Amino acid sequence: MIGAASLGLIVAILLLLVRALRGPTLYDRVAAVNALGTKTVLLIGAIGFLLGRPEWLDIAILYALINFVTTIAILKFFRYRSFQVPMVRREDS
Amino acid sequence: MTEVIDLLLAVKPWAGSFLLLVGAIMGIIGAIGMLRFPDVYTRVHAASVIDTGAMTVAIVGMLLLAPTWTIAIKLAAIWLFLFITGPTSSHALINAAYKANLQPLIGAEARKPQRPDGGAS
Repeated sequence: MIGAASLGLIVAILLLLVRALRGPTLYDRVAAVNALGTKTVLLIGAIGFLLGRPEWLDIAILYALINFVTTIAILKFFRYRSFQVPMVRREDS
Repeated sequence: MTEVIDLLLAVKPWAGSFLLLVGAIMGIIGAIGMLRFPDVYTRVHAASVIDTGAMTVAIVGMLLLAPTWTIAIKLAAIWLFLFITGPTSSHALINAAYKANLQPLIGAEARKPQRPDGGAS
């Protein structure tokens, strides 16, 4: 049954990958990649339990951290066109 | 009383696997919503709601499967982190789309059939 859950997560990842490749705007792609990262965390955990090695959850924690930072970094780069801008509220924005 | 505890311990792995499967099916439903909704705002709605919900169900299932307390604490840490950052990144995404003057589809425009390239704008 865990194998079926892993297969289901892989199907969900493939569907999200279709949206990430086809998405008409940048934000569609970023949303698809973000959801795909969450599904990947769950998939790593599920495969760890399937193979009887739950230590893989360490990798899942790392992937969750990287996923969040990636989303915020992509959004910041495409809004300011640079990473070297302080993320504070300006008066004119 | 011991019979009840034995029964619960016997049914625990099955319940965990079942909850993990339910989480995977919810993930598929969210991905279908991500594919079929017409514009960015509705797509992110489907993705973010399903992310938090399916992630919670699947991690509760994995908690029932966890053999030791260390694994359970790691799972709880993953749950807490994803529960905070999932809505945060969805909010940042929609805020960026709104600041980029991406207009949502409203009214009759949203009910028109989709274009073959898969959406508006």
